[in-house]
Amino acid sequence: MEMILYVMSWMAIITGSVFCVIGAIGLIRLPDVYCRMHAAGIIDTVGVGLIFLGLAFQAGWTLVLAKLAMILVFILFTSPTSCHALCRAAAYSGVHPMHGEQAPDGADVVDDEEDASSKT
Amino acid sequence: MIHTLALTAGLVLLWLLLSGYFLALILALGIASIVLVVWIAHRMDVVDHESHPIHMAAKGLIYFPWLMWEIVKANIDVALAIIKGKNAIAPKTMRVTASQRSDVGRVTYANSITLTPGTVTVYVDGDMFLVHALTKGSADGLGSGDMDKRVTALEGYVEHGTEGVG
Repeated sequence: MEMILYVMSWMAIITGSVFCVIGAIGLIRLPDVYCRMHAAGIIDTVGVGLIFLGLAFQAGWTLVLAKLAMILVFILFTSPTSCHALCRAAAYSGVHPMHGEQAPDGADVVDDEEDASSKT
Repeated sequence: MIHTLALTAGLVLLWLLLSGYFLALILALGIASIVLVVWIAHRMDVVDHESHPIHMAAKGLIYFPWLMWEIVKANIDVALAIIKGKNAIAPKTMRVTASQRSDVGRVTYANSITLTPGTVTVYVDGDMFLVHALTKGSADGLGSGDMDKRVTALEGYVEHGTEGVG
């Protein structure tokens, strides 16, 4: 039983690390700041989540597990906020998405006008 | 009142889980800290349905696992796009109309979009979201409006004076 937990734990940690590395590669490889933000999103979600899962297997049903879960929840609630702030900052300083056209007020950039809800 | 109780219960749970000690002195310090925090929060007038959306708690138990699964699927999509390189991505900015009626609902929807890799909410103006999508798959996934409907169901809008819109 302990062996199974040990193997599952390391599998989760290694998979999580692989996602973190892919995220890091994406940060360098993707063309502009908005695209790179999506790569950072991988690290925030599945990278952190899988490493958490691996550590949770090692912790067992202890207080450490509760603390780990709190860390995960805080990351899941704060990372979209910081990501959005970064995005707004980029838009305000005049960085436009690839193939983008400048909207009249300069802050919003719309490449392909599309009302998503009209399709539903 | 119910929001104050929720805040107090949350703080008690947080203290007990973080400390793990049940000594009289430590518990007394915990009670003192909690009373102080609740009092300050009251003075700041931040204890309401927005900081403690307990009306969403029960439905959140269904929504959260669904969101987790969506995040896993989106992650695989974006990770593959990164590995395949520049030809696999199709970055575009699109407008999405949110059907939620309360601010909490819209914030939940906007943050869910951002949390899902491949889509980031850039700008929110009323019920119009400006979203940057990385791949065709992530843009189509958002365009289907599935997440929008689920967040609107989660929000469970009830009309009672304090729920500001816009």
